[in-house]
Amino acid sequence: MTTETYPTTSLSLAEQEQIARRAKFQYNLRRASIYALAIAIAIWILLPIWLVAVMAFSTPADVRGFPKQIVPVPLSTDTMEFFLNQDGILRAARNSVVVAITTLVLSTIIAVPAGYAIARYVFPGRDAIRLGILSVRAFPIVVLAVPLAVTFIELDMYDKVYSLALMHTALTLPTTILVVASVFAGVPYELEEAARIFGCTPTQAFIRVVMPLALPGIAAAAILTFVLSWNEVFAAILLTISNRTLPAQILYTLDKSGDPFKFAGAFFMLLPAMIFIFFIRRYLFSMWGINK
Amino acid sequence: MAQIVVQNAVKRFGKFTAIDDVSLTINDQEFMVLLGPSGCGKTTLLRAIAGLGMLDTGKVVIGSKDVTYLNPKDRNISMVFQNYAIFPHMTVFDNIAFGLKMRKSPKSVIYERVNEAAKLLHIENLLDRYPGQMSGGQRQRVAVARAIAYDTQVLLMDEPLSNLDALLRLEMRAELKALLTKLNVTTIYVTHDQIEALSMGDRIAVMRQGKILQCDTPTRVYDLPADHFVGSFIGNPPMNFLMGRVERDSNRIQVRIGEFQLNPPDEMQDILRVYDGKDIFVGIRAENMEPLAQPTPDSLQVRVDVVEPLGAHNLLTIHIGSDVLKVSTHPDFPAKMGGDLWIRFPIQKIRWMDADSGKALTPNLEKVMA
Ligand SMILES: Nc1ncnc2c1ncn2[C@@H]1O[C@H](COP(=O)(O)OP(=O)(O)OP(=O)(O)O)[C@@H](O)[C@H]1O
Ligand SMILES: [Mg+2]
Repeated sequence: MTTETYPTTSLSLAEQEQIARRAKFQYNLRRASIYALAIAIAIWILLPIWLVAVMAFSTPADVRGFPKQIVPVPLSTDTMEFFLNQDGILRAARNSVVVAITTLVLSTIIAVPAGYAIARYVFPGRDAIRLGILSVRAFPIVVLAVPLAVTFIELDMYDKVYSLALMHTALTLPTTILVVASVFAGVPYELEEAARIFGCTPTQAFIRVVMPLALPGIAAAAILTFVLSWNEVFAAILLTISNRTLPAQILYTLDKSGDPFKFAGAFFMLLPAMIFIFFIRRYLFSMWGINK
Repeated sequence: MAQIVVQNAVKRFGKFTAIDDVSLTINDQEFMVLLGPSGCGKTTLLRAIAGLGMLDTGKVVIGSKDVTYLNPKDRNISMVFQNYAIFPHMTVFDNIAFGLKMRKSPKSVIYERVNEAAKLLHIENLLDRYPGQMSGGQRQRVAVARAIAYDTQVLLMDEPLSNLDALLRLEMRAELKALLTKLNVTTIYVTHDQIEALSMGDRIAVMRQGKILQCDTPTRVYDLPADHFVGSFIGNPPMNFLMGRVERDSNRIQVRIGEFQLNPPDEMQDILRVYDGKDIFVGIRAENMEPLAQPTPDSLQVRVDVVEPLGAHNLLTIHIGSDVLKVSTHPDFPAKMGGDLWIRFPIQKIRWMDADSGKALTPNLEKVMA
């Protein structure tokens, strides 16, 4: 009986060794192909970023030249300086920062209670609200463009930094709420209950137990909101003329400028996203269950 | 004074009734064990007493206060959660101290209590650790320490020893019991380990499918199970059950098992008379049957299927008709697999039960069900 179900017992030592070797080879092959795939994907994503960075820190002459270099020798900040000294760029960068920070603050203030409610409470219409939040995302802003512009003009909110921040808040909220909700859902409800057993009111339990545990995730969501606003260009072009944000300004002057400007602008736009990823790396890893 | 009274408690989850009209009184400083199979509603009942998850109907009174609609923090209770629920962002010390800090106890008191509780649960060397750096058993002990340090009149514990290894569990069982007696707290202790229930409880409430089947002292729950389920749930091995046919033999009621006649005692005669001609369960515990090596007129011959030596005693598996029974014997008793054996049934040790409802038939049924 057992020899039938476990045929290895009847094999010679050499045969067993061969089977083990083959299994090990297959295991290594599988690992190698996974690594190869991962490296290919990484190169696919990193190479353009690298090239942009190289260009941004080469001399303008090198940038215009051909073939392009793949390491920045000689290293130079001339290209970046040239870009930042362009008319309106610094002002646009400041606008961008103001809009993005305002958006971050507003969006987070609204998303924390909303996300908590969605994560914790089963209330009538919860699914409808969740769907509603998502459908805002599905609505193409192009459709809304003209009525929005008209409304903003009528309300005397056109071409103002804060009104663009409001618009960005509306645009980013669905994403922020859903991310924050999933962060809260990841904090076991039992911890809150335990806090309430040991003397906390629901509010105290939230402040003392839920918030400290949710904070890294909420910070990540806030930075994500910042990046979304920083990169947003359509509403920015639509709703501002003199108070352009950086991407709107770059887009506006793109066809009138040369390669150094484009590369430096691209690099500058990339910065927040890269800093963002650098900071939330740890958090993302723990969210995905990767150690270190 | 912290007597706990649960009155006609009902808790539903959608259409499913998790707590089905439960009434239970736990006396001041009593150690009450809730025992039952997985999913019978033990945690749900405990949570209702703690104020987590509102009852649909019914009432909870702690001390002299109706707490049915009060927040957990206003019930003067402490609790060990089934899956610990210790705070991952705090050290063990801060976890144990949490309740005391919320209560704004003086620093010296907090320090003293935390160390005392930690020492008791053998985690005094872990006070600086974070929960993420501990084993499941260690976390569980932190949860127990946190509950004890909070120092309330009522202590609710949901399977607080379930994740400890057998040896530590045995040790903690005794220590916890001694400690709780000293603390003068009223305790509700949830477990599905019947040994724990029998050894620790002042009383045991046996639950099944959201109902309390029997609430009694460990001895009575063991010796006088209120029904077939309690008998087969408690004890290792569980109570044996045989099918018996009730028959009248010249005005005396007899219960026949195959060819073998049992003669129920006088006080059972009237009760069993109702079942004349019907089948009933005959329940008897493994250690209450008398195994004999030689035939006697009042014994039943059986064949030994399995012999399991367990050290202090041997456990024999036999069958009578189609019913499989466990008999425990002295280790020296000469029993061989496949050999013959005679069994005598001490009539006072037999529990008679209705074959349909499973309810125990006893002259003082009311008292057993109290
Ligand atoms: N939040 C809930 N929603 C729906 N059903 C629930 C909920 N909580 C518990 N139940 C159901 O109620 C029943 C009783 O659950 P409970 O947790 O009280 O069981 P238990 O006796 O503690 O079991 P265990 O020994 O496994 O912990 C189970 O059948 C469970 O599926
Ligand atoms: Mg449970």
